[in-house]
Order: sequence, then C-alpha cells, then structure tokens
Amino acid sequence: MGMTGEDKAAVEALSGSVIVTKLDSVIAWGRKYSFFLYPFVTACCGMEFMSVAGPRYDLDRFGAALPRFSPRQADLLFVVGTISHKQAPILVKVYNQMTEPKWVFAFGACTVSGGMYNNYATVQGIDTLVPVDVYVPGCPPRPEMVLDGLVKLQQKVAGTKNQMSLSMGISPVGEADDRKVTG
Amino acid sequence: MAEADSTVMAKAKARLSGAGTLIHSHSQHGDDTIVVKPEDIISVMTFLRDDEELRFDMMMDLTAVDYMNDPDLIPYLRPLKARFEVVYHLYSVEKNHRIRVKAPLRGDACEINSITGVWAGADWFEREAWDLYGIVFRGHPNLKRILLYEGFEGHPLRKDYPKKKRQPLIGPRN
Repeated sequence: MGMTGEDKAAVEALSGSVIVTKLDSVIAWGRKYSFFLYPFVTACCGMEFMSVAGPRYDLDRFGAALPRFSPRQADLLFVVGTISHKQAPILVKVYNQMTEPKWVFAFGACTVSGGMYNNYATVQGIDTLVPVDVYVPGCPPRPEMVLDGLVKLQQKVAGTKNQMSLSMGISPVGEADDRKVTG
Repeated sequence: MAEADSTVMAKAKARLSGAGTLIHSHSQHGDDTIVVKPEDIISVMTFLRDDEELRFDMMMDLTAVDYMNDPDLIPYLRPLKARFEVVYHLYSVEKNHRIRVKAPLRGDACEINSITGVWAGADWFEREAWDLYGIVFRGHPNLKRILLYEGFEGHPLRKDYPKKKRQPLIGPRN
C-alpha cells in the first residue's frame, strides 16, 4: 500500500481534523447517543424514572433526555412499572408501532419477572410479550443501576451490525483504521 | 349490651326485625352493623336512604367476603350455610352517621339484587364484586369485568381460586 510523499503529507495535514472510521461505527455512535425514549410508565418505578431523568442523575448526559410519547418517533421503549394482563395488549401494540431499529429496556423487577406480584393479574416478565434488550432489576432500581443499564445498552447498540448498513459497497476512506469515534 | 343503641340502630332494628328481614345486628367500637336477608336488600336500602332520621344518602363501599375456609367463623351464618357476604357501607352526609349492612349469600346461588336503582354509585362496586367474586347482581345495567381483562377465566378472590393459576392471554410460561 504505497503512498506517495504528497499523499502522506496530505494525510498528515488532515490528521488533526479528519476522523477515519467505519460507517457502521458512525451510525451506531449516532444511535446510541441519541435515544428517543418512550417512557411506558405504569407504576411506582415511574417515580424512579423521573428522578433518573432529573438533574442529579441525568439522562441527558447519555443523550437519552428527550422522551417521545409517540411510538413512531421513539426508538427506545422504557417499560417502567408493573404490566397487568389488561395492559399487556397495549404494550404489544405500542411496541409493534415503533419503527426499526428499536430496543426495549425492562425497568424494575415487575417488568423483569413480575416482581413481588406472583399472582393472577401481573405479567410475569415482559419478555413473554416483547423481546427485551436490557433487564434492570430492583424495586425500584437505584438510579445508578438504571444508568448502568443504559450504558450496557449503548455498548450493545455499538456492537451490533445494523441491518440497514450503508457501508456495503462503499469503500473506506483513506486507511481503514477502526478508530473509535468517542470513548 | 352496656350502652343503649344509637338512633340508627334503634330505628333500623325497629323497622326491620318486625318483617323478619333482620338476621343479626351488633355495635362495636362505635360501628353499627346489621345483617339482613338478601332478598329484601332493595327495600332495606330504600328505607335507609329515605327515612327522615337516617338519610343515608351516600354509599361508601360495596364489597364481599368469602367464608369458604371458615364456615363456622360467624355464628349467625352457620344455620344459613352462607359462603359469601356482601357488605355495604353507608354514610349520611346530613346526619354524619354510618352503618354497615351485610347480606349473606349461599355459594351455589350467589345472586343478589343490584342497588344501582337506589344509589347510582354502586355501579362500579358491583362490577368489581362480580369480577373478583362472581356474585351476580340482578338488574345491573352493565355487569361485566372491570379490573381484569375480558377473557379472564374464573373469579380470583374466591378462596378456591388456585394462587398460581395462569391465564390464557399471555404465553405458555404465564
């Protein structure tokens, strides 16, 4: 891969202002740092969600500040609080109306496994209804746990090869070094 | 009893025991309770609502109790072989007094007349009692499930509903 002297000089001159990476990484970077939440809040975990979104434990630091109460505009379904059998079809409907790519975050013990409600009225874990990406147990989970779950989801998003990758057929720019765009 | 009956109890007993409606009555810690025959519930409630001295204009609560596991717990229920008891709590805003009315029902024929004609607010309470206990309220305008979803099988607050029973709507694990 021989570069002429002029090319090398050009690369050096640009190296301070040009980042070279894979398109998949850039798209994943954009997706993971700009979640539009759909806070599907039904119960007490909603209070904890509010405090996570508040100024002390800030969701905005992670880019996930803006809730979108329309499934068409949201990509991260935060299922917060107990889901009863009567509520289950509504949750599935909202999930189905969301457009790809979408992720589901099970917030709190009730969504993870039914929590303390092992009874006739509560769905024993929303993974019986929708595919879940991150489970955050706790009753309610500490805000730090929620943020940890969000960071894990971001790592999952970054590692996933997105199906609608535009990078197929486009050759990488310059030297294809997979430098991470951000830390 | 050490103290005299309150006006509410005295009036209720006087009027109802004559007709054979009153099965039992007691007062405890200031709470008055009368137990009446379920067949006469509408006339009892209408009397309680309309009587000049009583004026129970607000129905506070309507619920039910299942005595399946303790059939001998309540003495006056034993000869009746009643499994359920529908409990009504009434309050008078004008006179500021309360009364509790109970109506025992047999388990195999747990039907009672609906009192939505007396107080319209009893509507949702009776739907809840139907939903969770299976007590039928004759004459109710819209007796269908209110808290559980429509395809739910069974009445969960009955004592013979198995604790871990799962319902058909959601997945095999549930």
